[in-house]
Amino acid sequence: MTADRLAEVSDLFVVAAVLLYLFSMVGFALELAFGRARSDVAARRAKVPVTVGAAGDGEAAGGAPPAAQEGVEPPSWAPKAGVAALVLGWLGWAANLAAIVTRGLAVDRWPWGNMYEFVVAICFAAVTAFLVTQVRQNVRFLGAFVMITATLGLGFAVKVLYTAAGPVVPALNSYWVAIHVTAAILSSGLFVLAGVAGILYLVRGDGLSRLPSRADLERVAHRAIVLSFPVWTFAVIAGALWADKAWGRYWGWDPKEIWAFITWVAYAAYLHARVTAGWRGRAATIVQLIAFGCLLFNLVGVNIFISGLHSYADVN
Amino acid sequence: MAVKELEKERTPQPAGFGALGWARWFWRTLTSMKTALILLFLFALASVPGSLVPQRGVEPDKVARLFQDNPTLAEWYDRFQLFDVFTSVWFAAIYLLLFTSLIGCVLPRTATYLRELRRRPPAAPRNLSRLPHHAALAADLTVEEAARRLRARRFRVDTGDGWVAAEKGYLRETGNLLFHVSLLGLLVAVGIGSLFGYRGNVLVVEGDGFANTVANYDRFIPGREVSAESLEPFSFELKDFKATYQVQGDKRGQELDYSAYLRVNDAPTAPARDYELKVNEPLEIDGTQTYLIGHGYAPVFKVTDGQGQVAFEGPVPCLIEHKPTLTSGCVVKAPDARPSQLGFLLRFLPTSVPLTDGTYASAFPGELQPEVQVLGAFTGDFGVRSGRPQSVYELAPPDLMKKLKPLVMGTSVPKPLAVGKSLDLPGGAGKLEFTGVKEWITLQIAYDPGRLPALIFAGLATVSIALSLMIRRRRVWVRIGDGGTAEVGGLTRTEGSAAGFAEEFDDIVQVLTAGDRDDR
Repeated sequence: MTADRLAEVSDLFVVAAVLLYLFSMVGFALELAFGRARSDVAARRAKVPVTVGAAGDGEAAGGAPPAAQEGVEPPSWAPKAGVAALVLGWLGWAANLAAIVTRGLAVDRWPWGNMYEFVVAICFAAVTAFLVTQVRQNVRFLGAFVMITATLGLGFAVKVLYTAAGPVVPALNSYWVAIHVTAAILSSGLFVLAGVAGILYLVRGDGLSRLPSRADLERVAHRAIVLSFPVWTFAVIAGALWADKAWGRYWGWDPKEIWAFITWVAYAAYLHARVTAGWRGRAATIVQLIAFGCLLFNLVGVNIFISGLHSYADVN
Repeated sequence: MAVKELEKERTPQPAGFGALGWARWFWRTLTSMKTALILLFLFALASVPGSLVPQRGVEPDKVARLFQDNPTLAEWYDRFQLFDVFTSVWFAAIYLLLFTSLIGCVLPRTATYLRELRRRPPAAPRNLSRLPHHAALAADLTVEEAARRLRARRFRVDTGDGWVAAEKGYLRETGNLLFHVSLLGLLVAVGIGSLFGYRGNVLVVEGDGFANTVANYDRFIPGREVSAESLEPFSFELKDFKATYQVQGDKRGQELDYSAYLRVNDAPTAPARDYELKVNEPLEIDGTQTYLIGHGYAPVFKVTDGQGQVAFEGPVPCLIEHKPTLTSGCVVKAPDARPSQLGFLLRFLPTSVPLTDGTYASAFPGELQPEVQVLGAFTGDFGVRSGRPQSVYELAPPDLMKKLKPLVMGTSVPKPLAVGKSLDLPGGAGKLEFTGVKEWITLQIAYDPGRLPALIFAGLATVSIALSLMIRRRRVWVRIGDGGTAEVGGLTRTEGSAAGFAEEFDDIVQVLTAGDRDDR
């Protein structure tokens, strides 16, 4: 296949991914809406001794609390909608992956050389983070929200950031793209997952709700950040190493560097807040969301509004 | 401590703390986690203006422009050091406080940690079933055997009468402390770099050379401890420059690659060698790095004055006006021209094409049809000999510019000149000849002795933060009852990792029950 043809195929795969994510979101939403309402019990339950048999069980992590649940019995198709959504999610994931691979083949370089490719890759990383977590423990309650984020992200990439396949400026022709940008994508994807959980945490009240329990949300967010913070640290340092090769200094307070640094400090603040008395829970979640805001601003705002060495976003 | 001080401490003091008390209070507050958090926020917040206001170290030209366009605002910015955020007093205050707070937190924790390292795991609690993880073992187990099996899982083990205590995951705190220490190290490395390092920029035209002395730089930013003699004595000549561009498609004209071919002398006496300088591939000479930052065109001109003498001859570096097509603006000044000085405002078009309205534009950044448009030719005093600093990219300072007499301007602008063509000025005032095209490169030359330490500490920080976040501290106790019954209980001291520990606890129970026969 020629490069042009491959690029077209890649664009089609992106559209397919958007649609599949959208359907998947509907499935997850149906399960949430018609499944059981949850009280905020997981927090209390965690303190009760867990028997060995149940501890490894996926249900303990976030499924509906057993028995003693008042209210109407949910329709039997509700969990099936969830399973269908999961299948659609994996299909969307495959389409997203195919879009990235074909794009890479079309341009014959790492397919994250501009904002469009970068955002498509971040959506892929976020969905991957969600699906992989789902394999290990039941986090289906997050599905609808992760999928809507991925749909919006891809939509934004296609509508606003779209750049035709093509070569990049010489400064980007380096093996550091593979290291620095990949790390940034991975950690951004995980931060997106944490951000989604954080927003839900604030939206959800303390009482009975169809939304997942606060303890579950907080756990998912914390685990995602604990994983991605070192990766982000590495991404920033790899960026510094690259800057040392390309621009003649490892740290020069370029706008992108400043905001990567601010994001790093803000997530560090979250990790500290979580172990500070009086900051746990709500306050820490707000800190996390501020950090997430910094991440998004660095991703979108800095590339579009502020000129700097990183402004090769190719957005007109 | 003096006796008097001891007495002071014993006697109740209702009114105030006293100086020592205040100092202690200040130290406690500074080193508390809440203060550290607030300082972290301030640190992040203080960096924000650095991305919104142009910085002297990064974009000095933008700062200068702001001073010109909006002097009042610029002065206020300057008063608050907003043009130098990252070297400002208030920014330094924040990070020094933060790092002091960090030291105040890390020191006592290190002491505690060292004590903990030598201490044995705490004795088993009476009732293991109260622990978050608990199981009854249906195995015949002795204290020694349980201890051996836990040791095999790399637990630190202590035994007592009918119980085993085990603990693991000390690396978590090691990582935590090491991470904070490496941040301190990183700060020191950056400090060393800014004191003993320097960087400078220089523009070199094809055929010209550069020797690494302070005087040869267009802009030189030395650290406080850098002396002019300490510069590495290398030199090089720019033999050739080559750039390639995308020819087809949407991205037509985009740079694909460019290289500068240098002839380098590592030292005055060293033999010359060839080096291909590229983006991402700096030239390193004994710790001093030379980077290729940018490139552009330097058309070559010859100016003949009214008396027939050559008043100027040579390449003129042009400023890029439009990056995608490398349309560039240049200024040629011939202050030696007689009877009066001559000056030209020019536009260089690397690939000149006529437009339908009769004007010309560059269609491609490569040098396919190089032509020079004469926008204006002037005579008069350009102020070159006034002693005032002059820009080579500007014909004359604005006040003198008004007094110049235009020879060619506006509607009388002729067709662009191709290489080898010339323009005769009206009234026999002289002649401008476009004789050829050269290219220029801009280089950044930097020496930073803090680079390697910074890299080491940054690497250490990444590894140790991963250790500190991924490893969990956990304790397991086994109580051996009478008649072949045993109980095991465990807990993790790390918040939020209970779910992960459950799996490991299951494994431990498995190993304690069945032994580790499977492993052997």
